[in-house]
Amino acid sequence: MKKIFVFLIPVLLLAGCSSSSTWGWYVIDPRTENGWINVKFLLSGMGDTILISVIAAVISIVVGLVVALPALSERRWLRIVNRIYVEFVRAIPLLPMLFWVFYGLPIVFKSMGMNVPIDPFWGAVITLALSDSAFTAEIYRAGIQSIAKGQTEAAQTIGLNYLQTMRYVILPQAIRRILPPLANQFIYIVKMSAFASVIGMQELTRRANELVVTEYRPLEIYSLLVLEYLVLVLIISAGVRWLERKMGADERE
Amino acid sequence: MAQTAIELVGVNKWFGTFHVLKDINLTVGTGEKVVICGPSGSGKSTVVRCINRLEEHQKGQIVVDGTELTNDPQSVAAIRSEVGMVFQQFNLFPHLTVLENLTLGPIKARGMSRTDAKAKAMQYLERVHIPDQANKRPGQLSGGQQQRVAIARSLCMEPKVLLFDEPTSALDPEMISEVLDVMVGLAEEGMTMVVVTHEMGFARKVADNMVFMDAGEIVEQGPPETFFAAPKSDRCRKFLSQILQH
Repeated sequence: MKKIFVFLIPVLLLAGCSSSSTWGWYVIDPRTENGWINVKFLLSGMGDTILISVIAAVISIVVGLVVALPALSERRWLRIVNRIYVEFVRAIPLLPMLFWVFYGLPIVFKSMGMNVPIDPFWGAVITLALSDSAFTAEIYRAGIQSIAKGQTEAAQTIGLNYLQTMRYVILPQAIRRILPPLANQFIYIVKMSAFASVIGMQELTRRANELVVTEYRPLEIYSLLVLEYLVLVLIISAGVRWLERKMGADERE
Repeated sequence: MAQTAIELVGVNKWFGTFHVLKDINLTVGTGEKVVICGPSGSGKSTVVRCINRLEEHQKGQIVVDGTELTNDPQSVAAIRSEVGMVFQQFNLFPHLTVLENLTLGPIKARGMSRTDAKAKAMQYLERVHIPDQANKRPGQLSGGQQQRVAIARSLCMEPKVLLFDEPTSALDPEMISEVLDVMVGLAEEGMTMVVVTHEMGFARKVADNMVFMDAGEIVEQGPPETFFAAPKSDRCRKFLSQILQH
């Protein structure tokens, strides 16, 4: 990934310097006044993209755990509740769910006598978190189930209750197996946050769309857009690798 | 044996349609050492695991230290707090140090202070002869050392009864004696013990009562002298001749 990035920058810069009539890098050339304004405009969506993704990921990580725990229960009906949630939520494509949450959910609230306006920001956060939580739940389930049953039994014999067993024995061990796929999900959220543009959220993709409409330079503008996501994802990847190394060093047997 | 520590009356258990335990009757007095042996699949581990509710029995009565084991979580918690368990696979917590393995239960389940729990843990690590390993992780220890840590972990909860589920079966031969030595020491100090094992030398040395199980039932039980010298049943005689051959 890094190599591609290193390769792309010079290509863009070189192309920007060229005077070929088919390329119009001037629209995002930071050396010109107009280009610099455009670049700043495009980058101004970064904050919301990051904020939406981070909040959605945090909610999804919490909700995912809550959804996953019933799957590990001995009680059948709890496992069924989990299955229904996962299968149902996982089956809905993101875009329709986004429309449903943004346009539909306020009506549901209204019919219950509550006035809960949903703005594009929270519409996007709720949709991403909800959609992702089904996947996070499955990741937790697999991670927790991969810890040997003897660990739970040993915890029980020294008097720990269910929550203590999870908190002190199972989750600390499962987290190492859970973290890499969770990071994948976070990357997925960052990319899917682009859908928020269709309900009017002024994030990266929406900014690019708006600029394309005024500048008629889709190639150059969308190229920069792609790069913006690439940089975000590379930063996340590096962060996760650092975290994994740190935890690995901590727990090496 | 003045008091009864554990009493099993007509205990039955099924795994699906498979009848694993058939009318198990067993009494363990306070301070008594019971050794359960038998071929694999005979249900000996299941008996031990039923005593602290790692497995649920479907029929019959299990009473530990005067408390009957029922579905009531309180009864399960009460009994587990009296009963320690040592597993074949040690089941130490690999992400915690030896010391943390020992203090987790006392601190979290008993609400003991960190300092007291540590002091107690060190005391029991001395008793199993590995105080110098306190800050290592289980994965850095040998199997024998791990099993001794597991014994110390159980002792930290100050149980009245210790259950051992084939404690030496996963060990390399040269490490078996260090674990058995610790167990003999515990036995001499008067701990009530129920031990599932194939270590017949250990059984002869410490057992007050030998139990032979086969196909889910207790076939024979009695004091080790008569048990080893003159087994009454054919099944027991055959089993003993097979494992004592070498």
